Amino acid sequence: MYKKGIYEISENVCIADKVYRMRLDGFTGDITAPGQFINIQLPGFYLRRPISVCDWDEKGVTIIYKVVGDGTELMSGLEKSTKLDVLTGLGNGFDVGALKSGQTAAVIGGGVGVPPLYALTRKLLDRGVSVKAVLGFNEESQIFYDREFSELGAETIVTTVDGSRGIKGFVTDALKDMSFDHYYCCGPMPMLKAVHGLCTDLGIEGELSFEARMGCGFGACMGCSMETRNGTRRICKDGPVFRSEEVSFDA
Amino acid sequence: MPDTKISCPDLRVELSGWELDNPVIPASGTFGFGYEFADFYDINILGSIALKGTTREARYGNPLPRIAECREGIINAIGLQNPGVEKVIEEELPRLRQVYRKKSVANVSGFSIDDYVYTAKRFDELEDIGILEINISCPNVHGGGMAFGQEPEAAASVCAAVKAACHKPVYMKLSPNVTDIVSIARACEDAGADGIVLINTLLGMRIDPRTGRKIVSTGAAGFSGPAVKPVAVRMVYQVYDAVKVPVIGVGGIETADDVLEMMYAGAAAVEVGAANLIDPYACKNIIEELPRRMEAYGIARLSDIIGRAHRA
Ligand SMILES: Cc1cc2nc3c(=O)[nH]c(=O)nc-3n(C[C@H](O)[C@H](O)[C@H](O)COP(=O)(O)OP(=O)(O)OC[C@H]3O[C@@H](n4cnc5c(N)ncnc54)[C@H](O)[C@@H]3O)c2cc1C
Ligand SMILES: Cc1cc2nc3c(=O)[nH]c(=O)nc-3n(C[C@H](O)[C@H](O)[C@H](O)COP(=O)(O)O)c2cc1C
Ligand code: FES
Repeated sequence: MYKKGIYEISENVCIADKVYRMRLDGFTGDITAPGQFINIQLPGFYLRRPISVCDWDEKGVTIIYKVVGDGTELMSGLEKSTKLDVLTGLGNGFDVGALKSGQTAAVIGGGVGVPPLYALTRKLLDRGVSVKAVLGFNEESQIFYDREFSELGAETIVTTVDGSRGIKGFVTDALKDMSFDHYYCCGPMPMLKAVHGLCTDLGIEGELSFEARMGCGFGACMGCSMETRNGTRRICKDGPVFRSEEVSFDA
Repeated sequence: MPDTKISCPDLRVELSGWELDNPVIPASGTFGFGYEFADFYDINILGSIALKGTTREARYGNPLPRIAECREGIINAIGLQNPGVEKVIEEELPRLRQVYRKKSVANVSGFSIDDYVYTAKRFDELEDIGILEINISCPNVHGGGMAFGQEPEAAASVCAAVKAACHKPVYMKLSPNVTDIVSIARACEDAGADGIVLINTLLGMRIDPRTGRKIVSTGAAGFSGPAVKPVAVRMVYQVYDAVKVPVIGVGGIETADDVLEMMYAGAAAVEVGAANLIDPYACKNIIEELPRRMEAYGIARLSDIIGRAHRA
């Protein structure tokens, strides 16, 4: 179930190059799974901005966003105690129950695809699942949350395209020699495709989170449709997370 | 401001003998098949619901991206994605019936006159369809849709064919992307249309200033939202003057005041489109606000104000 509510900013800080963490205080009872997203109305903009839930508790929700355009630019300048109109509990989210205690999950994030994996990691570890986190960035200045993932208890590996920290290359360069039972992936399309390809070759199933320009975010406009092996699905409502067996990168 | 206190404003309106509790109808394509919104509120408060545009065969629609933001508006290139009329009747309508007791507006699209007739006839058989809204104005598909809405003769031929095959009232949904909306509305009325719905989306385009690339996959696509309301009000006003059948006003409606404006221009009922996407409670809020605005303006019966701007 998803609901509309008014949320108050209690934190909005820069945590890496152009990347901000915002804490929104308000009702979170409609958020049911990591990997869901919220849709934020910004003053002066017609459409809402979809942003993944990074983490949440009874008091509020944390998001991490990158300034890429006018809307996120405005967000980065919003002061504490500003009130925002937000839809929460959108989308299906990751299946935390896909693994049993003692098994190993790879959580694989690229850039601002990393945030939704944070609450996921926390929930997996709570269930006794071991987590190997592979976090991919372009360069050192863009890295965030590697320490937070370690502090949760995940074995954390950073990759950078330019080699300025961690393994030089893409997340797949770190993944190919790892062993794990299931994977969760969120990041840009080329990364999803590469990870899906590699893991399919390794014979490992997982879940991938997609994004699209959205009209509504709750299933009404068909603005975000994607062809899957099970037919046409809406990224906002039937996704954003899809099982590796149902996705197809052919189209 | 009049000082007469209006105790219980009457919101009822009528479309070809079908009485609606209020004039507010979510517009086709912005409300799915209705049931998604039952998660937000009791959708039985609506005047009716215009269903997602339906074609004879299933359609995937256009490639992504299909959405671009504008100042006070949205550009969409959905391309009539729908599961086809048989699946709509077998799967979508039963789900809607579980949460909604009123009649709906069936929105019919096609690529040939045969298509329109076939799909309209399937809906014509259903008890819970109030009127048939024939969309000859979709800008997002080639070889059909809007092409029929461009010329009075083509519009009239679709209208006459559907009219001859169906019993329910036939409302023609017109495109604003024409030089003379009045001649097309008149041609439809002459061909037997029971009502006119306007406007569908305007043709628009957005280009990303950072990349220089068109944002939606089709380039040009359907532009709607508050930015287009003045165009819609003007067209409803012109068409109201030219035809005797009811006009349903659509375009940029977000508030109860917008509803009143559209009705003053000549709308017998209104459809609310893009507003549902940015605020799922838009129609509910409008319906709750309407009686308060009517009281404030001294309007006792909503149907009394239809077209009043023509006499003021
Ligand atoms: C399910 C989902 C989860 C997301 N989670 C995050 C997250 O956790 N952190 C983060 O930084 N970003 C996330 N994004 C991307 C984020 O929505 C966009 O970066 C943001 O909307 C850009 O807004 P803007 O006004 O700055 O950009 P502009 O380009 O000025 O925006 C113009 C329009 O395009 C849309 N748009 C632009 N880029 C994207 C994009 N990549 N995806 C979807 N819509 C876009 C905007 O929403 C807006 O409607 C997510 C997107 C989706 C669909
Ligand atoms: C996402 C979207 C999908 C639409 N799909 C349809 C459709 O299937 N059939 C149709 O007749 N009109 C369709 N329309 C047009 C609307 O019904 C309406 O005529 C138009 O958007 C103007 O109203 P608005 O300004 O309130 O959005 C669509 C509009 C939008 C925004
Ligand atoms: S964004 Fe409207 S259906 Fe997904």
